[in-house]
Amino acid sequence: MEQFYVFLQQLINGVSLGSIYALIALGYTMVYGIIKLINFAHGDIYMMGAFIAYFSVSYFHLGFLSALLISMAACTVLGVLIERIAYKPLRGATRIAALITAIGMSFFLEYVMVFFVGAQSRAFPNVLPALRIEFFGGKVFITGKELLIYGVTLFLVVLLQFIVRKTKTGKAMRAVAFDREAAMLMGINIDYTISATFALGSALAGAAGVLVGIYYSAVNPLMGMTPGLKAFVAAVLGGIGIIPGAALGGMLMGLIETFVIAYGQSTYRDAVAFAILILILLVKPSGILGTNVREKV
Amino acid sequence: MKKLLSKKNLAILLGVLLLYGVIQALISLGVLRTFHQVNLITICISVIMAVSLNLITGFTGQLTLGHAGFMAVGAYFSAVMTVKWGMYFPVSIFCGAVLAAVSGALIGLPTLRLKGDYLAIATLGFGEVIRVVLLNTKYVGGAAGLFGIPRLMNWTWVFFAAVITVVVIRNLLWSSYGRACISVREDEVAAELMGIDITHYKVLAFSVGAFFAGLGGGIYAHYFYGLQPGTFGFMKSIDYLVMVVLGGLGSVTGSILAAVVLTLINVVLQQFSAIRMILYALLLILIMIFRPQGLMGSKEASLELFRKLGRRSGHGSLGSK
Amino acid sequence: MALLEVNNVSKVFGGLSAVTNVKMKIEKGELVGLIGPNGAGKTTIFNLLTGVYPTTEGAILFDGENLAGRKPSAINRLGLARTFQNIRLFGNLTVLDNVRIAYHSHVKYGLASAILRAGGFYQEESSMAQKAEDLLKIFNLDHKKQEIAKSLPYGEQRRLEIVRALASKPKFLLLDEPAAGMNPQETTELMELIQEIRDKFDLTILLIEHDMSLVMGCCQRIYVLEYGRIIAQGVPEEIKSNPKVIEAYLGEEVSYA
Repeated sequence: MEQFYVFLQQLINGVSLGSIYALIALGYTMVYGIIKLINFAHGDIYMMGAFIAYFSVSYFHLGFLSALLISMAACTVLGVLIERIAYKPLRGATRIAALITAIGMSFFLEYVMVFFVGAQSRAFPNVLPALRIEFFGGKVFITGKELLIYGVTLFLVVLLQFIVRKTKTGKAMRAVAFDREAAMLMGINIDYTISATFALGSALAGAAGVLVGIYYSAVNPLMGMTPGLKAFVAAVLGGIGIIPGAALGGMLMGLIETFVIAYGQSTYRDAVAFAILILILLVKPSGILGTNVREKV
Repeated sequence: MKKLLSKKNLAILLGVLLLYGVIQALISLGVLRTFHQVNLITICISVIMAVSLNLITGFTGQLTLGHAGFMAVGAYFSAVMTVKWGMYFPVSIFCGAVLAAVSGALIGLPTLRLKGDYLAIATLGFGEVIRVVLLNTKYVGGAAGLFGIPRLMNWTWVFFAAVITVVVIRNLLWSSYGRACISVREDEVAAELMGIDITHYKVLAFSVGAFFAGLGGGIYAHYFYGLQPGTFGFMKSIDYLVMVVLGGLGSVTGSILAAVVLTLINVVLQQFSAIRMILYALLLILIMIFRPQGLMGSKEASLELFRKLGRRSGHGSLGSK
Repeated sequence: MALLEVNNVSKVFGGLSAVTNVKMKIEKGELVGLIGPNGAGKTTIFNLLTGVYPTTEGAILFDGENLAGRKPSAINRLGLARTFQNIRLFGNLTVLDNVRIAYHSHVKYGLASAILRAGGFYQEESSMAQKAEDLLKIFNLDHKKQEIAKSLPYGEQRRLEIVRALASKPKFLLLDEPAAGMNPQETTELMELIQEIRDKFDLTILLIEHDMSLVMGCCQRIYVLEYGRIIAQGVPEEIKSNPKVIEAYLGEEVSYA
């Protein structure tokens, strides 16, 4: 029975981590779907989101909701600016040149932050009332932080799905991802649509940054690197370019990692994520929800 | 008919020996101090790493983000052989490189069905797995690292290792085998239908590339006294990839040039340590925006190129020069 | 025994039959045409013959060997080479390199000789370059050997594809719409050239073509494919008067008119 309680508790933790990965993975997958770029700077937009929330709360004493909205808005602007300044000029260039630019952008954001705020971690102030719901006589519990993460993630994923499925911009995004030239011939404004994709993806990353700041109570300028990579892995896991796939992949990634830490050696957490990735790629490179595409000869 | 001892090859040989001699003389005379020597060795290691990565990514077209993983294999294995098993260090370094080549073939065989970004992510995963495994292996020091490796490398060893790397990879590329590798980059389907077994050539490129990355790692281990798993992380792989892209995918001389230039830029930027990485990042972005094909494109630096420069931009042929 | 035997071959793509129960028999030295309306499955047959796709049913025998389970590269080395409907040259490489790459499976020097520049490396490289140039000369491309393949005009790219296929020293050549996009003058020249190389290199040729005059003028035998099935075969005269063929083609023309 004790085993079962531990399992349940880990499940609760895993879903929290998975939610955060899912939010970051969504932005990765959307950007990859539309311009086939692994946007390495995406993890750093998430870091920026965490810092903007940190400053909003610590210096301007804003509440959670205002901090979240400000972070998301600021990340939206940042994401669109990055695309316009750094990626747009490289649309005709090789994929690898765009990749290097994305890596450069990632370094730039990280070290600009290191320069201004220092490399050390800062404590994220507690913005939530202490809430702890206990089950099975306190052996399993869920905190307000976790409930908040679940709620915000669920809301944002549903909202995103609505935007992508039902709105004109969302339809344009899917059309451009499917066939850019055909979409252009149909009169879709490609530049606007790509910007919209970056805006949406970056807003989600900003939200993830705020949530992770609350969850771990700490922020630092290099916090985006590893979660960024893992979120990309999660997007590949679910099937890159597929929005529900990213959510699923992120969730799986969070769960797997949590259970590895709980039952195995925590120092192997990063390796396990990547080992699973390699296995998935070998068995089904298109990801869990992807379909294999045959090359036409 | 072209020959091994053509005038051009003799001139290159003479130039290489002259470069070696001048620097060796400056070291002997004490003009180049330890600080300079460390940078010279770093340049040579970068040349080895960049040229071997260019074979895989630039010429064979297989984007990999795990080159430092192969370097780690060579570095750790050779260090263990020298320090723990008491082997003669050139043997250790050679064995480290062979083990790296084997791991290159092993990672190559199953993952080469993957294309483009998928392969890149799989190799990234491979590099990270290597790093974490080293981090957790007590025998090689774990997170603290493996220390007490004697400095057995010097300018002479490292310079000639870099020269051999360049010559071997260049000779491989400027042959029918190299053209087979390049055809894989150009069009896998057409290459396969022209009788080129593309899996074979991808594995060839990966194992030869990994061999020299392992060599670079072995040299690193035997010059810098110690190894830490973090040294060979994702960032290191990116550093070398940047050299390859900056120099020009598919240009050996470009990789050499970029390895030298970027290592020197890093040295200069060390004076501005606070903003070093910011400047480096800006440099990357600006170069990619204004010259996405890299410094050399797919051309090779040669006397003819300098003569042609300004008149017309011709493409280099892959003849048996 | 025929050089190529296609025995009741079918190919199904996810429930959709692309090719059904195809039988073909081609003797050594023949020049055979494969015609049919768009989407009839002609290129699919080429892809099955060259091992790009595995067959769903049936067997393909080439020179007595069953091709099932062989990689396209292995099939090429058995002596089957092809060109592509949508040109697939090694675009960034020179004309000469495109041809030399196809020679690769016949290279005798090993990897070690290449790296050490020993063991007859230079002799073989120069004889290879010479052979490539000789082939290019036949197609009047030798003066462009240092040009980048993708910079050539369309018709020359098509001819280069044939040269590249020939360089792999095939017994059997598959040409996928070799005259597509060429003007009548170029098409006539190409027809003569195809017959010339067949005799010169002792080849057997199967070609897909839309240009009826080319097919009727130079092929000895013709297979007609419609909806993935062979509906007729025979010498050009028989095909011209075959009611099924007329229906298949007239049907198509009417829909275009």
